[in-house]
Amino acid sequence: MDTLMDISSVLFLLTGSFLCISGGVGILRFPDFYTRLHAVGVTDTLATAMILIGLMLQNPDGLVIVKLVIVLLMTLFINPTASHALAQAAMNNDLMPVLDRKEDNKKVKSSNP
Amino acid sequence: MLIAATIAILVVMVMAITRGIVGPTFYDRILAVNMFGTKTVLLISLLGFVMGRPEFLDIAIVYALINFISVIGVLRYSDSSVFKLRKQQKK
Repeated sequence: MDTLMDISSVLFLLTGSFLCISGGVGILRFPDFYTRLHAVGVTDTLATAMILIGLMLQNPDGLVIVKLVIVLLMTLFINPTASHALAQAAMNNDLMPVLDRKEDNKKVKSSNP
Repeated sequence: MLIAATIAILVVMVMAITRGIVGPTFYDRILAVNMFGTKTVLLISLLGFVMGRPEFLDIAIVYALINFISVIGVLRYSDSSVFKLRKQQKK
């Protein structure tokens, strides 16, 4: 039983770290504010949940688990709310998404004569 | 394993700070600050487990609340003229 919980905790922590790093790469390399918001908003919530569940499996004590569940619930409510508010503020202030790029158009035209 | 996750989160925090410094628009910076705050909550709880003192979770709870209030508090003024002035200066 102990080994099983250790293994599952390591798996959860690994998944959370991978999601964190993919969100970091996304915020660095995507071309547009809205795509960056998508990358961060999606991965942040799931990565936080994964890492906190991994921590819960590390230490099955009463009060620690209650605190971890409180942090998890707050993150699950707060993160989508902040992402939604951010996207709506950007939309209201006319920040346009990048729809197309000239280099891409040239590539498409040159590849289809 | 806990230490590996901590290092991964530190790397991601560096990435978020880079986007916050580079970020072309105002909203990119707010997004980077939001991501940085979420990762700080995770870092505090992981460090508590690494050092064997899970009482750090109280600080993590407070930090999550502060992060949310700061982001919503900045966005509360997104209707004001300061945001629009920035846009006109860019044009």
